[in-house]
This record gives sequence, C-alpha cells and structure tokens, in this order.
Amino acid sequence: MNTDLSALQLVLSADPALIAIVKLSLLVSLTAVLLAALIGVPLGALIALTRFPGREAVIVTLNALMGLPPVVAGLAVFLALSRSGPLGSWGLLFTPQAMVIAQAILVAPIIAALSRQTVEDLWVEYRDELAAMNVAAAARVMTLIWDARFSLVTALLAGFGRAAAEVGAIIIVGGNIDGFTRTMTTAIALETSKGDLPLAIGLGLVLIAIVILINALAWGARRAGERYAG
Amino acid sequence: MRAPASDLPITLAEATVRVGDVALLDRISLVLAPGAPTVLVGPNGAGKTTLLRVAMGLLSPTHGRVTWDGREAVSATRRAIVLQRPTMLRRSAAGNVRYALRAAGAPRGEWERRTAELLRLVGLEAFSSRPARRLSGGEQQRLALARALARDPAVLFLDEPTASLDPAATKAIEDIVAAVAARGVKVVMSTHDLGQAKRVGSEIVLLHRGRAIESGTTEMFFAKPQTEEARKFIAGELLV
Repeated sequence: MNTDLSALQLVLSADPALIAIVKLSLLVSLTAVLLAALIGVPLGALIALTRFPGREAVIVTLNALMGLPPVVAGLAVFLALSRSGPLGSWGLLFTPQAMVIAQAILVAPIIAALSRQTVEDLWVEYRDELAAMNVAAAARVMTLIWDARFSLVTALLAGFGRAAAEVGAIIIVGGNIDGFTRTMTTAIALETSKGDLPLAIGLGLVLIAIVILINALAWGARRAGERYAG
Repeated sequence: MRAPASDLPITLAEATVRVGDVALLDRISLVLAPGAPTVLVGPNGAGKTTLLRVAMGLLSPTHGRVTWDGREAVSATRRAIVLQRPTMLRRSAAGNVRYALRAAGAPRGEWERRTAELLRLVGLEAFSSRPARRLSGGEQQRLALARALARDPAVLFLDEPTASLDPAATKAIEDIVAAVAARGVKVVMSTHDLGQAKRVGSEIVLLHRGRAIESGTTEMFFAKPQTEEARKFIAGELLV
C-alpha cells in the first residue's frame, strides 16, 4: 500500500528524473516509428502492388519478422555498431540513436506487413476504377496509401505499441545509462531488480497512460477523418 | 458541339476472349460509329460487360483485334466507362470528381469550375462535400457518371448503370445519358431491361453466350427481329 502511494506521489509531483525518462522514451519510440513508417509503408505498398518470383516467400518472411525477438534485434544492432563491427566508426553504440535504430528494425516489419495487407485489400477494390481512369502506376501507389491512411494508422499504432513496450533491444544497444539512455521500460526492469518498487510502479503507470492516450488520440483522429472522407 | 471524336469508330474484328475453355466473347465483329446511343442487350453472362471492357481497352482480346479510329493500343484519353458497381474513392463527392479531372490531365486551374459544373450536371451540387461512400446507390451512380465525364470522353461506356436502382433514380440516370448523348458523346450502354433499351438506344446489339446474335436499329430490332433468340428475348422468354 505504501509502495503504491509513493509511486503515485512520484507521478503527481512530476519528479524531474521520471520526466526525463518519459521524454527520452517517447522521443526514441516515436522517432523509431516514424523511421519504420518511412520504410515500411512504401515497402508494404510495393509488395502489395507488384508480382515477382518469390513474392510469397517475402510475404511469409515479413509476417514472421513481426515476431522478431527484441534481444535478437538488439544483438544484431550491437554487433553492427560495436567498435569492431561494420558500423563501429559511427560511434553510436550506447546512444539514443542506437536505440532508435534497434526499435525501427523491430517495428518496420510490423508496419510493412500490415501496410501490405491494407493496401492489397484496397487495391482489389480500386483496381478496375483506377484502370478505367487511366491512372499512372506511381499515382496509383500514392492514391492507395492516401485512401488507406485511416487503416494505416492501425499499423502505426501496432508499431508504436511494440516500440513502447520492448526492453530487450534497447537495453543491449543503449546500455541503460542513467540520464542518457534510460527509458521507461529499462528503468522499470532495473528498479524492480534493485527493489525500488515506487519508481518502477510509477513508470509503469505513466507508460500505460501514454499508450492509452496515444491510441485514443489516433482513434479520435481516425473517426474524424472517416466522417469527413468516408 | 465537340471536335470530331479521335477514338471513333471502334472496330472489333472477330474479337474473342477466352478464359480456359470458356469463351466470354466469341468472334464478335462490330463497329461502334459516332452517333446516337448503342445498347447491348442480353441475359446475364451474355458477354455484355466483357464486350464493353474490350471496347474500352481495359481487356485485350485473346484472338481477333480491336481498333480505335483505325489504330491499335491507343491511350484511352477520349474514352470513359462507368462500371456496373462503381467504387467510390474515400473522398468527398467533389474530391472524387477532382481526382478524375487530375487523372485525365485537366489543368489545375480548371478543377474547381469543372467539378462544380459536373456535379451540377448530375444533380449532386448539394452533396459536393459529402463523403462519396455515404451517398445512396443512385447518387453514387450519378457521381460515377460525373467522374467519367471529367475525362471529356468522345465515347462513354455504361455497364448496366441502373441495375438495382428504383424508377426515380433510373430516370435521373437516363436523363443525364440523354443530355450527354445530345452533346455529341457516343454512348454505348449495356442493359437487360428491354424498356430501357427502347428508351435510350438508337441501335441494339443482342448478345447471347458471347456471340452477337443480332444487331440493327431499335425500331427494326423490336418490330422485325430476325432470329429466334431475338424473338424469344423480346417476348420475355428465358434465353438459356
């Protein structure tokens, strides 16, 4: 009971350490989702609209990568960014940028796979009409992505959910350095192991609240958009 | 009155479309010339939709050839089609028309004026900002017509544009089609409604099992059918 009250006090008093952790977590996860969307949405659309040998295998692989274990992604990024790795000269290991890269790798397959399905479904609906209007290939892709935008929000939310909740990848490539690479999930893991439950619980409450808030905002935007565009 | 149509006449020579062993179109030879509306009639599965798609250039015949003003494989800049179940894009009614104008290459400066004109022509000016998917079936068909007319077509194909519409909505569509035909656009329409064929068509083509069974002026077709299939179809008997 005392632990719960302390957690609430931390949240309500806007503890600076807690605020810094929350800010970094949001910055890393939202940047990762943005990066992943820039890669995943066009990639998904491209796979949806093109036919090539091995397409089925690519789709199965993409779907399987939605379940990529975070620690494996973290390990791969760690090896690539470590001093002796191919990208070691970038000096990014144990920085927020490394965490963004790791999360983007985890999130991109989710956004690409869901975008592929969404765009393909809309393509079946639009195909004849766009052909009848003689719409050029590049314009078709843009039309499908634009008209599927409300459904694609769900793909972005799924990606954000993955990024906001994961701990395995960013703890490997970020190192959980206090005041520099410590995020909500890594802090919760650390504080729990140290026995500092008030901070862990406080962070947990904030994390859940943020995820609910972002989903609610996205849902509201989607409903408003659908009312306008149909 | 528009400039002479660049895509007419459309000539089908022994045009055949086969899917496996099934002939959707079977050696159709037909000329769609400038002038009054041509109506394709026939029961479901007769090949009306396939013929419209071939004439529009959306589907290539597996045998035979199609030419537009004597040329093969020309871009469909002066042709437009309203599909049997048109898909409304996820935009407003005006957004749908603007999209069609842009796809047709209309100058951006003309979009607003022409969108308003086209919506007025089909009687949807009051629904301009309404999401297209929230319109009724008849309104969606009219919007699909406006979208097709945004291409400023020389020839307009209509695939059963009033199927499943009530009489009032059907009349609204037929009035627009008559107005469009009066402006010099060649209308080629499919229907299995004989009353509509009489009201709209100047020339009738009867299709059955992928073949053109009989064609002629509307008066001749209904007054003096030349084939047993045409006689049965006009009498309301089942063509199977």
